[in-house]
Amino acid sequence: MTSTPDSLIRQGFGATSRSDTWWLKPLLTFGGLGAFVVYSTWAAFQAEHYHSGPYLSPFYSPELFGDSTHAWFGPKPSWWPGMIPWSPAFLILWAPGGFRLTCYYYRGAYYKSFWADPPACSVAEPRKSYRGENSLPLILQNIHRYFLYIALMFIVFLAHDTWKAMWFENAGTKSFGIGVGTIVLMLNVVFLGGYTFGCHSLRHLVGGFMNRLSKHPVRQKVYSCVSCLNKRHQVWAWCSLFWVGFSDFYVRMCSMGNWSDWRLF
Amino acid sequence: MTRATFSIWRGDRGGGRFEDYQTDVSAGMVVLDAVHQVQAESAGDMAVRWNCKSGKCGSCSAEVNGMPKLMCMTRIDDLDLSQPVKIEPIKAFPLLKDLVTDVSWNYAVKKRIKKFKPRTPDASDGTWRISQQDVDRVQEFRKCIECFLCQDVCHVLREHNKHDEFIGPRFFVYTAALDMHPLDVEDRLEDLKKTDGIGYCNITKCCTVVCPENITITDNAIIPLKERVVDRFYDPLRLLWRKMMGK
Ligand code: SF4
Ligand code: SF4
Ligand code: FES
Ligand code: FES
Repeated sequence: MTSTPDSLIRQGFGATSRSDTWWLKPLLTFGGLGAFVVYSTWAAFQAEHYHSGPYLSPFYSPELFGDSTHAWFGPKPSWWPGMIPWSPAFLILWAPGGFRLTCYYYRGAYYKSFWADPPACSVAEPRKSYRGENSLPLILQNIHRYFLYIALMFIVFLAHDTWKAMWFENAGTKSFGIGVGTIVLMLNVVFLGGYTFGCHSLRHLVGGFMNRLSKHPVRQKVYSCVSCLNKRHQVWAWCSLFWVGFSDFYVRMCSMGNWSDWRLF
Repeated sequence: MTRATFSIWRGDRGGGRFEDYQTDVSAGMVVLDAVHQVQAESAGDMAVRWNCKSGKCGSCSAEVNGMPKLMCMTRIDDLDLSQPVKIEPIKAFPLLKDLVTDVSWNYAVKKRIKKFKPRTPDASDGTWRISQQDVDRVQEFRKCIECFLCQDVCHVLREHNKHDEFIGPRFFVYTAALDMHPLDVEDRLEDLKKTDGIGYCNITKCCTVVCPENITITDNAIIPLKERVVDRFYDPLRLLWRKMMGK
């Protein structure tokens, strides 16, 4: 198909006739996603300061095995190989990580900003070969809906953490209260909910696969709610990404004694 | 009245170069007006395709300062006139002359896509009943004016020349309009995966960005079609289930 003269085609990484700051958005995406990956990896390796009072960091939830009172099945399992560093986060972080990694929005965003495929619209790429999501490894992105199923369960776990974050222990008795940490964890559930319930795969599974939704009024209602969140999927993706990182940071700071949690009542 | 410089591509498949033309521009003018003015004043042999001058025929597609645009809908006062305004033909299709390309590949692709196939009529008089809510979903896709700006910007065609394996965003929109239609019963999923190359789209959304009709190409047409393809070809539990049921 190329019968465009060479003198008209701009070849070579970054070549374009665009005169605007086309590199700014991919650069910001690169910085934002990169910072999150670095922070979350660091936080996952810490294996301490992930809980404080009734609060549990979302990077460590659900805590299957661990030392805090949140642990489901007791302390670090004896079968954990000694040569591999231990952190309760390692057991679960693959799930939200995989969910975001295979998310349609993030895929488009990191293909551009991390892989320059393309770097920006109508800007030339560094590589000539291209396989897209048509063959291995990227064809595996098609299992996104399975990560969605797990992510939906995580919403329940995190909501339960928020509930637990409302019960403060005082001299052996638990009393109801709301601290800044409770609100931080609550907002985390709201943002993650907005992100997860606006998922493209969910949109398809609740009704998008059908052509005659009017015959199923409940489905139709659910489909339009999901579609409504889906319109702003990118915004929910960034808000929830930032907030889940901040939630961990908040709990960590409280646990380390750097910040003291304010009890609102 | 301001004097502005337009750097316009002149040439054919054999080669060519950008030529600078100066002309007066005034409030309310669009790029196509300036090109016509240049044609009248100093380049009578310059080839440019246009028709409606109102963003409805999709003929005047070109790249203005590097971005695919309809020339008739790109206002001069939105451009930075301190620099020459660069105007070049779209890149994903063979150049004919100056700003005109041969987009006939698109018409051939369209012929390949399985046509609308309605279910058996709902009433004995051979008519159907459809609910407005059900057609609302495909209404958006019908706004397409076939300007092929999305095809031009899509890196799978523009950069990687996969014209033989990939139909491009315009035809995913077209397929979506048929496949999501409440009356349609045709099965296009195998074609989407195999011959239409939907897997090549990496959802980077440039098509959505340039569409002059603001069709949400990636989110509303391509991703839902990708999900339908997943149902049929990639969902492991469904594959297992179908195997067990002997389907
Ligand atoms: S989203 Fe897909 S079809 Fe649209 S421009 Fe990007 S790769 Fe091409
Ligand atoms: S989908 Fe939009 S950009 Fe693509 S051909 Fe149709 S109107 Fe043009
Ligand atoms: S598409 Fe983004 S979470 Fe599923
Ligand atoms: S001349 Fe018809 S769209 Fe521009």
